[in-house]
Amino acid sequence: MNEIAINIEHLSKCYRIGNRRNRHDTLRDVVTDSLRRLWRGTGSRSGDLAHVWAVDDVSLSIPRGQIVGLVGRNGAGKSTLLKILTRVTEPTGGTAQIYGRVGSLLEVGTGFHPELTGRENIFLNGALLGMKRAEIRRKFDAIVEFSEIARFLDTPVKRYSSGMYVRLAFAVAAHLDPEILLIDEVLAVGDVAFQRKCIGRMNDISQSGRTVLFVSHNMTAIQNLCTRVVLLEQGRIVLDGAADEVVSGYLATLEADAGKFFAEPELRAGTGSIRLTGARVLDGHNDTVTSLVAGTDVVFEFDYRNHEAIRQTNFTFTIFNHLGVPVTNCDMSLTGFSVQDLGEFGSVACRVPKLPLPVGRYRVAVAVQVNGQNADVVSGALAFQVASSKFYGSGGNANLRYCSCLVPHSWSHRPSTGSAALPVCTRLVAREQRGCG
Amino acid sequence: MQNGKDVNVVRIAPSVGLLRIDVRSLWAYRELLGFLIWRDLAVRYKQTLLGALWVFLQPLVTLVIYSLLFGRLLAVPTSGVPYPIYAYAALLPWTYFANGISRTSSSLVSSARIIAKIYFPRLIVPLSTVLAGLVDFGLGMMLSFGLMAFYGNWPGVRVFWLPVFLMLAILTALGFGLWLAALNVRYRDVNYLTPFLLQVWMYVTPVIYGVDLIPNRYRPLLWLNPMTGVVEGFRWALLGRQIMDQPIFGPQFFGGVAVTLLVLVGGLAFFQKTERAFADVI
Repeated sequence: MNEIAINIEHLSKCYRIGNRRNRHDTLRDVVTDSLRRLWRGTGSRSGDLAHVWAVDDVSLSIPRGQIVGLVGRNGAGKSTLLKILTRVTEPTGGTAQIYGRVGSLLEVGTGFHPELTGRENIFLNGALLGMKRAEIRRKFDAIVEFSEIARFLDTPVKRYSSGMYVRLAFAVAAHLDPEILLIDEVLAVGDVAFQRKCIGRMNDISQSGRTVLFVSHNMTAIQNLCTRVVLLEQGRIVLDGAADEVVSGYLATLEADAGKFFAEPELRAGTGSIRLTGARVLDGHNDTVTSLVAGTDVVFEFDYRNHEAIRQTNFTFTIFNHLGVPVTNCDMSLTGFSVQDLGEFGSVACRVPKLPLPVGRYRVAVAVQVNGQNADVVSGALAFQVASSKFYGSGGNANLRYCSCLVPHSWSHRPSTGSAALPVCTRLVAREQRGCG
Repeated sequence: MQNGKDVNVVRIAPSVGLLRIDVRSLWAYRELLGFLIWRDLAVRYKQTLLGALWVFLQPLVTLVIYSLLFGRLLAVPTSGVPYPIYAYAALLPWTYFANGISRTSSSLVSSARIIAKIYFPRLIVPLSTVLAGLVDFGLGMMLSFGLMAFYGNWPGVRVFWLPVFLMLAILTALGFGLWLAALNVRYRDVNYLTPFLLQVWMYVTPVIYGVDLIPNRYRPLLWLNPMTGVVEGFRWALLGRQIMDQPIFGPQFFGGVAVTLLVLVGGLAFFQKTERAFADVI
């Protein structure tokens, strides 16, 4: 019996990315470009195009029954790797063998047709995912029950709420019974209760001895579900090991590389009408620092370059702690501030008085938005540490196990005079006994 | 599947070579082909008042217009056959072909979302649109027999040759459809070109007129258009029409067949070659 489920050898995938002018989207572009090349006498077209290796010489062997997480930044090649393994796209080089039936959950609901009813879509989507008609018929009731849409089974899905739509889509996908499951970021669907159900289903799948390759940005989900985690960076495997180790290694590199990404705007998300060009943290003396003291005033400063003469924008940034948990978000629009006339260059500053962060390492992700759309996003814009704390007058540090942000607080004490506190207590007890607590 | 003996192994590697069609995986996905055909049909007349009645109404209205225009006003010679059935015998395969081409050429692009996310043999998409049209064709055939009954003009045993001409229409639609569909993935110009292409094509096909209306020296050229063979074949099989005392299966007919096969084989190869990049470009 073969104990290997997935065997990847030197897999690579190269994309040619030309800038907008050199892309051939219409015949006219091809014709005019060819003419232009002819005119200039340059025969080669390879010079116009940049080559990007989305997956670069990846070798990986996954034994049967292992749940493997795939982590990495945007553009690290995680999704491309999954796309190759699901045969959606072809590799440029290398090989992979997959032993067993493959199922994939790459963005649920892609196969739905809006005009068809829920019932019809279950069959269509099931067939698209590779199920046989008899198999779908057998699982039909289970799918309907899981999706909680039994009442709307004969309504066209275009009349569904987005929640219902996603529930039905996930239900079909979750009942695909493959030996190997490839999942790309699907847990962020539906309401909280349904999400819990999905995670439960994933747990069932993983405990039934199936092999799972799971891509996610949700480190908590990765750590809960996976035993082994692989970290990809620029298409290559840089870490491969136990979940906790790799996840904390990944978060550490995110912090360490902070700022590096300003140099590579082409790899970033967003429309690009405004690009961030730099960021820094300043202490109370306006000195650029990387080590801060909690309880002192801190300024976050972001530089930008305005490419399209945008006049108004919104800046927003999020501070993550060393576990990858967002601690707080500072958003220009929340404060009612807005920049009038950005100009071509400039910087915005956000002052945080009495920094309320406990001792530890932090990372800042920043986004510029124009009309609610992201113009630029830098997920590792800044890294800093809070080395000591003056937040509380005592100079003491909060217990980090129970704390992710500091709250100004004061205490008082009222000695009991006998009867005053009693009614409150009895009321509470009475409520608990009724079972509403 | 669980015993590890008949585990199916998927090998992923850069594809090499020209024209290697994975028949096994096409066969494995035959049910999906069925579902896509069914989806095309199920969706087509949703949210219409008349529903599937349009299958009859569309060609009927066209036929009435043509009969008035070409049958009455221009009096196109039909060697004695009533113009409506003369025209309809050609209009039937032509409509199948034209709809097949236009649906197939946009088939990949309109399935962009599933192509970018889910694997299945891509050939299934154009195949399903070409085959889905056969249902409309079947219903149109019933209309055709109704018309022939009305004019008291029954086909002879030659009607059993009909599948041959239909097959030629299917392969021609598929061949050209494959080229257009694959080109459309990269160049959306195809969307704008296809209607013109079909319009011109219809006039160089003897749909509203007969081959014998064309001067002799242009006729070989006309027959190189495989749809000429299809359309005249339909008239021959349904109406017993003989063209210029020539047998229908003469060399001129096989010239068209050769063009179709050439385009089809080339289309398959081109489709295969570009297929690997569909998900990246679409």
